[in-house]
Amino acid sequence: MATIDSKIPKGPLAQKWTNYKNHQKLVNPANKRKLDIIVVGTGLAGASAAASLGALGFNVLNFCIQDSPRRAHSIAAQGGINAAKNYQNDGDSVYRLFYDTIKGGDYRAREANVYRLAEVSNSIIDQCVAQGVPFAREYGGLLDNRSFGGAQVSRTFYAKGQTGQQLLLGAYSALSRQVNKGTVKLYTRYEMLDVVIIEGRARGIIARNLVTGKIERFFGHAVVIGTGGYGNTYFLSTNAMGSNGSAAMQIYRKGAYFANPCYAQIHPTCIPVHGDIQSKLTLMSESLRNDGRIWVPKKLEDAKDIQEGRKTANDIPDEDRDFYLERRYPAFGNLVPRDVASRAAKERCDHGFGVNNTGLAVFLDFKYAIQRLGADVVAQKYGNLFQMYEKITDENPYEVPMKIFPAIHYTMGGIWVDYELMTSIPGLFAIGEANFSDHGANRLGASALMQGLADGYFVLPYTIQNYLADQIQVPRMSTDLPEFVEAEKAVQDKINKLMSIQGTESVDSIHKRLGHVMWEYVGMGRTKEGLEIAMKKIKEIKKDFWSNVYIPGEANTLNTELEKALRLSDFLEIGYLMAIDGYNRNESCGGHFREEFQTEEGEALRQDDQYSYVACWKYTGENSDPELLKEPLDYEETERKTRNYKN
Amino acid sequence: MGKEKELNIKLKVWRQRGPQEKGNFESYTLEGISTESSFLEMLDVLNEQLVKEKKEPVVFDHDCREGICGMCSLYINGHPHGKDTEVTTCQLHMRRFNDGDEITIEPWRSAAFPVIRDLMVDRGAFDKIMQAGGYTSVNTGGIPDANAIPIPKPVADEAMDAASCIGCGACVAACKNGSAMLFVSAKVSQLALLPQGKVEAAKRVKAMIAKMDELGFGNCTNTRACEAECPKGVSISNIARLNREYIKAKLKD
Repeated sequence: MATIDSKIPKGPLAQKWTNYKNHQKLVNPANKRKLDIIVVGTGLAGASAAASLGALGFNVLNFCIQDSPRRAHSIAAQGGINAAKNYQNDGDSVYRLFYDTIKGGDYRAREANVYRLAEVSNSIIDQCVAQGVPFAREYGGLLDNRSFGGAQVSRTFYAKGQTGQQLLLGAYSALSRQVNKGTVKLYTRYEMLDVVIIEGRARGIIARNLVTGKIERFFGHAVVIGTGGYGNTYFLSTNAMGSNGSAAMQIYRKGAYFANPCYAQIHPTCIPVHGDIQSKLTLMSESLRNDGRIWVPKKLEDAKDIQEGRKTANDIPDEDRDFYLERRYPAFGNLVPRDVASRAAKERCDHGFGVNNTGLAVFLDFKYAIQRLGADVVAQKYGNLFQMYEKITDENPYEVPMKIFPAIHYTMGGIWVDYELMTSIPGLFAIGEANFSDHGANRLGASALMQGLADGYFVLPYTIQNYLADQIQVPRMSTDLPEFVEAEKAVQDKINKLMSIQGTESVDSIHKRLGHVMWEYVGMGRTKEGLEIAMKKIKEIKKDFWSNVYIPGEANTLNTELEKALRLSDFLEIGYLMAIDGYNRNESCGGHFREEFQTEEGEALRQDDQYSYVACWKYTGENSDPELLKEPLDYEETERKTRNYKN
Repeated sequence: MGKEKELNIKLKVWRQRGPQEKGNFESYTLEGISTESSFLEMLDVLNEQLVKEKKEPVVFDHDCREGICGMCSLYINGHPHGKDTEVTTCQLHMRRFNDGDEITIEPWRSAAFPVIRDLMVDRGAFDKIMQAGGYTSVNTGGIPDANAIPIPKPVADEAMDAASCIGCGACVAACKNGSAMLFVSAKVSQLALLPQGKVEAAKRVKAMIAKMDELGFGNCTNTRACEAECPKGVSISNIARLNREYIKAKLKD
């Protein structure tokens, strides 16, 4: 069995990163110019990495599927970014941010990585301000903070409800500067279709020009994957339509381990589903839980009247409202972590208390905040979110409560990386949501932006040098080498195969079938039997896909259906991986809730003695189940406890 | 949400194989479109129908479908992003239309945004303008504390308003001159307002304007069409600031 070496530096937790940096190998400026780095993705992680590596003097090739790097899905993050600045004097510290993140992740993340994340968090805020990111400020001119789920301090920096947009535009502008300087070359509307391995190291990629349909080869001394998460496996999610897990699956098939695939985050505050032609779900920022109160009716007959249109929220008097989060979790109330809030909503709806025609919604009410703060203050804080909600639902949240329901939002699982963010393939790195990351089994709000930028600005630009320092003698390789030719041929064969099926089912209709299975059996509540059904059904859908999908048009030109089909072929594999991982993990933790493992109060019940490990799945071939490898998680600094948000 | 209805509509959609090829309008009929669905979901239904008929779907740019990525870019009944105010195409909902409506859908039309296929255009010119100077020249690391320079709240708020531009190009599509002044002014304003961006404000505004002119965008003649169609409500007062910044910079030459 292969051994898993996470390469965690020795020494006390708080000194590990400093020690690492003091002793790692560096590449001198003259040699940096000779080294090519491929960065796939231009989200917070990809753009910040490409910009930082370019600024250091490396020669960077940066790819994205959109027409501009600025459109990566990080742009849609609303609420904010955490940092341990303690500007509010409310007792925050690097240690506390580290601790909250470990606890929020339900003790399934690596201590050393999380501590480093908390350590570099403050530099991110400095960096963004220097780029001209217009964070919200107090009247004194200093930066404002808000609180977020899973924390008892206010450590979240924000720019209206558009924090992701502003941070991404900051990284994008830094990237644009490097493009202008010639250190970064951009490849927009290009999609990676495989990684090229030469003598055991990642040495390039095969990518398809989405406009011309041409398959092209690119060399790099190292390859970095910053391609985001795989939430779209569920078809309906808060991810962008183009978000996909294909790059992750390509490198998985070449030997990179896929870690904890079953850890998917279901976000509690999304706009409920309206019908079967729906294409995506829209998130309403978690920051709304700061001032909005979540409730359903106390009486079943009231819920029924609302479901059938006889009553509205405003007909229910306060004493008949069940503020179930405040009731169940007095200490954190509406600010419990996302997994807890999502399950609590499901629990109420499962009991018939849902508040729309499908019975799958709860209220998020601003009446009390408006009474307390005035409509003006509420508008200033959440105006653009309220506007977005009204545009979608045609209901005014200043007058009637919002209706929300959980939806797939983020995937904590991803490509396994060591402390240096290197995958199990030498020279191949994964950053941001694409790696299995620092969030354990559940990510806290405002931590994704922090992790993406930490990886790209302040971690990878160091750790990648420790690898590249040994590569300075390696000349740029020709892309006519047999490994490139073979990889391109395999890609071409796959495309030809897909195009030749000429069946009767559209890509989307098959994807929706996969999505239903995922949501039903690999969603908020999972069981052994359900996961067995999921694995069986996914295999069937995969068979249907490969025998009956219909893709119109030609492969050697722009073909959006072919793009979707290629991505779906990978989602089918990921769906299966998620199910098998969930089946293996006989415990509940964070976003993975196995119904057999819960406390009497319905809370997640971990099995630390058996499952305190990172589940790393190794590809063994197309028709066999993957092999499970385990990276044990040792907790030196924190004592594992059952998460308690009650008192 | 109990107001859901179903619509039957006719579409006239611009179809064009490639940048050099001649395009034309194709007509389609759709039935039973829910008023709760978004405009792009309606187009999904059209494409699903086309694929069923073994025809090629209509190509259009779209991604986040929540009004922030700036990818979607449809010219609907003579308006970029449709007639609704302060929304992107993906946030436009079918409840804004009536049963029996005929809806005309075109790509952005501007010399600087060539059509790639159907409704998809190339907006790479915006990236090139950004690369010319839409940034502060700081490398990663070695930055003083974020609170080292206080910024008055009204200034930060004004910078934020300018920064809310999503780079969709509706301003260019709306302008009879095909001007990119609203886009450029939003970035110039954001950075000129903030102390971090002031340092190289003069250099930036000259470089971005020069690039904008070079790429074939037209001039601003104050028709305010851009402001009226901007999905993020970016104000043309930014164009006034851009002009001031430009004159100030030129006077220093």
